[in-house]
This record gives sequence, structure tokens and C-alpha cells, in this order.
Amino acid sequence: MMKARALIAEDEPLLAANLQAELERLWPGLEIVANVRHGAAAVEGALALRPDVVFLDIRMPGLSGLEAAQALAEDWPDDAGALPAIVFVTAYDQYALQAFDHSAVDYVLKPVQPDRLAQTCARVQAALKTRSSADPAPNHATALEATLGQLRQLLGTPGLANASGAAPAKLGVIQASVGNAIHLVPIGEVLYFEAADKYVRVITAEREYLIRTALRELIPQLDETRFWQVHRGLVVRADAIATAVRDDTGKVHLTLRGHKDKLVASRLYAHLFKAM
Amino acid sequence: MNAGPGSVRIPNMSAAPFGLIDPEVRAERRGRFWMRGLRSAGYGALIGLLITGLTGQTFWITMVHSMCIAVLCWFFIDLGRVPAARWKHRHATAGSPEADSNWPGWPLMLVIVVVGSLLGFTLGGMLAEWLTGYSAPGYLRGSLRQTVALVLSSLVPALIITYWFYSREAIAGHEAAAQVAQRQAAENQLKLLESQLEPHMLFNTLANLRVLIGIDPPRAQAMLDQLIAFLRATLNASRSASHPLDAEFARLRDYLALMELRMGERLQSRFELPDELAGLPLPPLLLQPLVENSIKHGLEPKVDGGRIEVRAARDADELVLQVRDTGVGLSDSASDGTRFGLTQVRERLATLYGARASLSLVPCGDAEGGTLATIRLPLPAATVE
Repeated sequence: MMKARALIAEDEPLLAANLQAELERLWPGLEIVANVRHGAAAVEGALALRPDVVFLDIRMPGLSGLEAAQALAEDWPDDAGALPAIVFVTAYDQYALQAFDHSAVDYVLKPVQPDRLAQTCARVQAALKTRSSADPAPNHATALEATLGQLRQLLGTPGLANASGAAPAKLGVIQASVGNAIHLVPIGEVLYFEAADKYVRVITAEREYLIRTALRELIPQLDETRFWQVHRGLVVRADAIATAVRDDTGKVHLTLRGHKDKLVASRLYAHLFKAM
Repeated sequence: MNAGPGSVRIPNMSAAPFGLIDPEVRAERRGRFWMRGLRSAGYGALIGLLITGLTGQTFWITMVHSMCIAVLCWFFIDLGRVPAARWKHRHATAGSPEADSNWPGWPLMLVIVVVGSLLGFTLGGMLAEWLTGYSAPGYLRGSLRQTVALVLSSLVPALIITYWFYSREAIAGHEAAAQVAQRQAAENQLKLLESQLEPHMLFNTLANLRVLIGIDPPRAQAMLDQLIAFLRATLNASRSASHPLDAEFARLRDYLALMELRMGERLQSRFELPDELAGLPLPPLLLQPLVENSIKHGLEPKVDGGRIEVRAARDADELVLQVRDTGVGLSDSASDGTRFGLTQVRERLATLYGARASLSLVPCGDAEGGTLATIRLPLPAATVE
């Protein structure tokens, strides 16, 4: 049996223990290097331990499974080899994951059926085998591109950012408190929004504000044709971007009009920048 | 044409004053207006036939007279109705059903019918005379008796037809409203069931059950019993009007026991129910949406989890029910997801107790944070001394 290393992220302890037991039974060569309870621990663990495959529950406290996958795709070091194979585990398939049957990203529905899990193991093994065979570099690139493509699609699925589904009204001004005053910043003056812990930095040509709204709550209230998300923690006003330069690793370096800040768009959003 | 100064412009179009009515409604009303005109011509023809039969006057001349008068009577009455309705509702409370109506009410309408049919009779008679060359005996020329008969011959049909149009459209309006209400009730029922049998909750619980069967069958059995009690209560909730407070607490215990098994150490629960309140009647599963919100929006998103407390207490002649969690607290975005549960609780309270019951949702001020939901409702008369 093929040797590989895996990380499990599942917030329900019984289900996490069971998934580990089932995997050990179905795939004896698989070493479970970590079994964690939330999304942030999954990202941290995966970046530190570099597993070959990660099993991510979708609904977890803190970061969801999809957000954890996004963070992994964006933060995976270039010298760390291929991005781990991703398997989503979910009780209810609101993201229509069936669309990803026979693909780099797999999924398992809870309650986990051993037959279905065995299929997933076989698929992951096949994917890992193609990666390790012969010349790894180009294979990494295609495998990564396939994974990124699917993550892009998943992240674009309505219901991820705002579960309610109803589109909220678009913001015309940002209200930021400065001391005991509220500053009203017209949305057109904002160059970019950057997530900073629980806050969001709002950068205009003149100055910078801090607002308490989380970026994931702010994004649905922004006009997506004017404001482009270029990283999980970065939203830029499109007409403030002057140049975009892609580097070897797939990241895109941005310069702004009339502002010295340099921004970096992640591989997940690199496809936004292409010549007409 | 808009409402006068001092009035408030309401963004909700269906509740807008007459001058701001939504273009679709306006087009539909215009269509009905001309339809009534066409029908009036038809009624005129019928009256013409009747007169020909009764008096033996020349058929086509009578027909032209009758139809001209009928159509012009309709025209002046229906046209008079519009500014009258607008004038009448200018001062109506915005949002009330009258504010959106095109009906000025019967007293005003009677005046319009009298004036409109006199005008219609006179001008219609002149038009018919110009068309046919024959003049009908006008009420200005004949005897008093003749005049009264002629005026009545246009006034009475005008009144009857106005009443006919009015009741037809009122009935159509009521039917449409009843249909909308019925559909909304069915939709709410479905949404309620869907929110209570939420697939994530159900399948994760079943997944846990599946694991337990293998490793701890007695615990699996206990869990299955709790799931059965929860499902039965959920499906029965809409059928019974009330159950005792201790039954409500037992159902919440079942639900939280299922959640505790799933969340492990991340969830603790605590219940406080004084014995003297245990038998008080309560609408079934009234507290369920509040507990669910606490789990879903308070504790599930929190990495370390926390505690949920359900309390009942008596405050003078009120029963106070509280659900408190130590979760992530209220945020702007969560309000979307929690709104359905809260709306549903508020609606049930309003239906059953009117203004005497209330629901509030506030952040907890203490160090543990989280959210506190409080329901206050009147104690049944028998328990108040």
C-alpha cells in the first residue's frame, strides 16, 4: 500500500476519531500526522507538517473548510512541493460538490460510507502517483492549476460568503470612527481594503482608516465590478490599479495610481489579470 | 400630483400614496378603467333594447341615445372617482389599505354618481342628437314628471352599475389577498420545518449516531431516543396549541444533548426551571429557535465553544424566559440568518398575546459576552393572585 501523510480537520470529536479509524483501516500506508478541530489549526498544521492529503470538514468554527483550502492555496510555499490533495467532508452538499467528481478536489458526505471513502482513497493515491512520477515540476503546475480552478469555482459559489443568499445593498460610503468622530469616506475614494485580524484597513490616497466590519461581511456589500478581491485578505478598487506583473510562482504584483503601496494578488486571483 | 408637504415618502411602493403608485399597478388599473367603459356601452345597449321594447320608439335612434348617455355617464363617474379617491386618501395613514385604494368611499361616490349621470345624460343626449338629428325630450324641456322619470332612468342604472363594478373588484381584491395570505402561510410552514430539520444538524447527528453504534451501543440508543423525541416534537409543534413549560424544557434538553454529543467539550448547557412554573402552558417549541440561534450563530462559530443557559422566572404577573449564550455575540451579518427564527417567535407571540408579550435580543454586558434573548409574556389569569 502506498505511503502518504494526511491531516484531518473536523470539529466534531467523534466524527474526527471515526474518520481517522476508517482511513487507517482502508489505507494502512496512510500516516495521520494531525487531527485538528478548526480551520485555522488546519492551515497552521498543514503549513508546518506538509501532508500529502488534507481532509477538511466544510463547516468548522473560525475558518470554514473552504476558507482553509483557500488559505492553503495562497500561502503554500513554492519550495514545499505540490499542494496537498484536498478532500472536503460535509454533512450537506450545499456547494454542489458532485460537480467535482473525478477531479483533483474530492469530497465525502457524512455519515461517511466506507465504500465511498475507499473510492476517495483510491483517487487520492492515483493523483499522488502521477505527481511523483518522472519529472515532477510540470505535473505540479498542472495539478496546482486544476486545484486552483476548482477552488475558484467553489469560492464563487453563492452561499459561501453570505449564507443568507439575499444580496445586501451596496455601500456608498464607508463610516469609520476616528477618535470620537465618524468619518464618512465615499466608496470611490477607497484604494483598497485589507483584512487585519478582526478589523479591516481602509486605504485612501490621503490616509488610512480602521473599521470593525470583517472583510467577509464587507465584500458582499461592495460592487464586484468596481472592487476586485485579489487575495483572501485584500480587495482593490479596479480602476486604482496601474500595473499588474506576474512572477514565476504565479503571484501577481500590483502597483497603484497615485499611491506608493505595492500589493500582491494570490494565484487564486491571478486569472483576473490578462491582456485584452 | 404627489402627496402634499409634510407627507412622508415611503420606499415600499405597494404602500405609496396614490400619486406614487407603481407603474405596473397603474397600467393594470388603466386597463380595467377602459374595460369598464366598454362594459358600460354594453349596458347602454341593453337599456336601449329595453326602452325600445317598452315604448316602441325607433330602434336605432333609441340605441344611439341610450349608448351615448351610458358611455358618457360612465366616463364622468369613473373619471370623477380618480381625483376623489386621491383627495380622500391624501390624508390617510401611509401604508394603510385605504392609502393604496382607488375607491373614495360611498358618501363621496354617491355625489359623483349623481353629478356624473346628470352630466352624462345632458351631454350624451346632445351628442346623440348631433349624431342622429333626433332630439330626445330633455329634462329641461318637458314636464316635471317627465324630467324625474328621465333623470331616474339614467341615475338608477348608473347607481346599480357602479355598485356592480365596485363589488366585483372588491371581491377580486379580497380573493387575491386571501390567496397571497394562504401562500405565505404555507411558505412559512415549510421554512419553519426546514429550519428545524436543518440538513446539517440532521446528517451530522446521524453521522455521530452511526459512529456510536459501533463503539458504545447503550449511548447510541440513548441518543437515538433523544433524536426521536426531538423529531416528534418538531413535527407535532404546529398541531397542538400549548404544552407545559417542563415539557418545553425537556425538548430543549433533548436538542442540546444531541448538540453536546456533536460538539463535545465545546458545549455546556444549564437549565433553571422553578417547580412552581413547571406546569405553566407554553406554545410548543417557542424557545427552540432562540436556542438554535445561540448554537448556530453564537457557539458553533466560536473555536473554544461555550455555555448556553435556559431560564424561566416569574416577575410580578409576567413569565420571563431567557436564553443566554457565551458565544461570539451579535454581529451585523448574523442578523440575516437569525431573523427568520426571531420573526417567527415574534409572530407567534403577537398572535397569542398581542402587545402584552415581547422578545428582546441584546449583547451580554458581562465578561463572558455572548447574547441574551428574553421573552416576557403574561401569566395565565389563574396563577396571578
